[in-house]
Amino acid sequence: MNALSVRGLAKGFTLHLQGGTRLAVLAGVSLDVAAGECVALSGPSGAGKTTLLRALYGTYRADAGAILVRHGGGMVDLAVADARTTLEVRAHTLGYVTQFLRVVPRVPALAIVTEAAGAGNDAEARARDLLLRLAIPPRLHGLAPATFSGGEQQRLNLARGFAGAHPILLLDEPTAALDAANRATVVAMIREAKAAGRAIVGIFHDDSVRDAVADRVHEMLPLREAA
Amino acid sequence: MSEPLLSACGLAVRFGSITALDSVGAALWPGEVLAVVGESGSGKTTLLKVLSGRVRPEAGHVWYRAPDGERTDVHAMPLPMLRRLHRSDWGFVEQDPRQALRMDVSAGGNVGERLMAAGARHYGHIRDEAARWLAEVEIDVARIDDKPATFSGGMLQRLQIARTLVTQPRLVFMDEPTGGLDVSVQARLLDLIRTLVRRLGIAVVLVTHDLAVARLLAARIMVMQRGQVVEDGLTDQVLDDPRHPYTQLLVSSVLAA
Ligand SMILES: Nc1ncnc2c1ncn2[C@@H]1O[C@H](COP(=O)(O)OP(=O)(O)OP(=O)(O)O)[C@@H](O)[C@H]1O
Ligand SMILES: Nc1ncnc2c1ncn2[C@@H]1O[C@H](COP(=O)(O)OP(=O)(O)OP(=O)(O)O)[C@@H](O)[C@H]1O
Ligand SMILES: [Mg+2]
Ligand SMILES: [Mg+2]
Repeated sequence: MNALSVRGLAKGFTLHLQGGTRLAVLAGVSLDVAAGECVALSGPSGAGKTTLLRALYGTYRADAGAILVRHGGGMVDLAVADARTTLEVRAHTLGYVTQFLRVVPRVPALAIVTEAAGAGNDAEARARDLLLRLAIPPRLHGLAPATFSGGEQQRLNLARGFAGAHPILLLDEPTAALDAANRATVVAMIREAKAAGRAIVGIFHDDSVRDAVADRVHEMLPLREAA
Repeated sequence: MSEPLLSACGLAVRFGSITALDSVGAALWPGEVLAVVGESGSGKTTLLKVLSGRVRPEAGHVWYRAPDGERTDVHAMPLPMLRRLHRSDWGFVEQDPRQALRMDVSAGGNVGERLMAAGARHYGHIRDEAARWLAEVEIDVARIDDKPATFSGGMLQRLQIARTLVTQPRLVFMDEPTGGLDVSVQARLLDLIRTLVRRLGIAVVLVTHDLAVARLLAARIMVMQRGQVVEDGLTDQVLDDPRHPYTQLLVSSVLAA
């Protein structure tokens, strides 16, 4: 059963401040991802991989096509869902680890992950475990991440993304800033998520990471610029 | 909850030859923060005043759903009923706190006064609540008997917020609540607003010209230009994938939002 089903997705940008240039990025994208499966998006820089992830999350609004997400026993089409439905889907079904951490300023790392871990009594304990597993030492848990290194920020971002129990996870270059030991941790976490039945769509720059986690590769090529 | 707390459609307001609002609609659900952004003179404050019943539109309706589920037309309800809403269920945070506060009444009195207006009578209880709310907005309780005239701009704004929230309103209108403050003071105030609004589950219509503030506080955003809503959606949708030329201009004019 598909957790995520994309049909004929198109997305472009009209740059009104640059003479109304029309940039077509995605056209006719179709993709199915089953529960427990990991699909890797692959293609050259500018092919639209991040654009596709953002469209799947509902941040980039689709021009055409359907983004069907299994949510609460039914299917929701995020390409046409209203704002509140999209928020519902993000809260319970769809998680996204963006390439760069973006957080509310001045909130400590542990609080960020605890909030993502949900309302249960053990949320903070689980958050702490996740941070430790991703090699974020206890002395950083009480600090806001503004001063964290690039790798620490990325690991915090991953801890937050994996803390929720979202059945679908979108991952944009989750290991780009990590050393070998942390890369191995992330590979293990992705495999565990798959074993737990979560569906994953990811962009993996590192071929060894991709080979270790992906069941299939979805190739993407840049569209030629439309008039 | 599937029903909006506040909804509006077809709002129009003109001041002489100026069109301040032109067929504006909006909806706000319980516990939700909606940001209204746009350039100076685009009609944001006017919209806030019309939504809160302070300015009557030439056309259109504003509906408020009371806790009992009853839906009432804000501009058709009897004035005493509207006043009662403003005293308790609703709050209005002005950009200039001096417009909302009584400068010749103590800080505690400013907070307690609103509780009394909402029906509280027991003096000891009112004073305790006032003290609790001063602490909540990080004003030293030792200042409870001081007049606001001796407060800094940031403290005045925090006092206004304490005064507004003491009745535990369900709906708060905020007009540039951090405008005119130093950046460091702004940051603290934003943290405070964010924390209180989330903890108390208050619905907020927040007017701001600062996209970073909208990003921080609001799940949804409306962009206004010349009295019209030119774009709306989730905050990340509108700010990361702006579609209207004016929204693109707004987004490109800030360094990082
Ligand atoms: N918000 C936006 N507004 C305008 N153009 C955009 C926007 N987002 C992406 N694009 C354009 O879409 C194209 C694809 O970008 P995208 O980031 O999806 O590529 P990518 O495949 O992820 O590349 P990389 O491997 O370098 O990360 C680029 O030409 C980019 O400039
Ligand atoms: N009472 C009034 N009498 C006449 N014109 C008014 C009145 N109130 C507002 N206007 C005009 O209506 C338009 C919208 O004003 P409004 O105060 O709603 O703008 P705004 O978006 O809040 O701007 P700002 O960001 O500068 O506060 C402006 O052109 C303003 O001059
Ligand atoms: Mg990318
Ligand atoms: Mg104004």
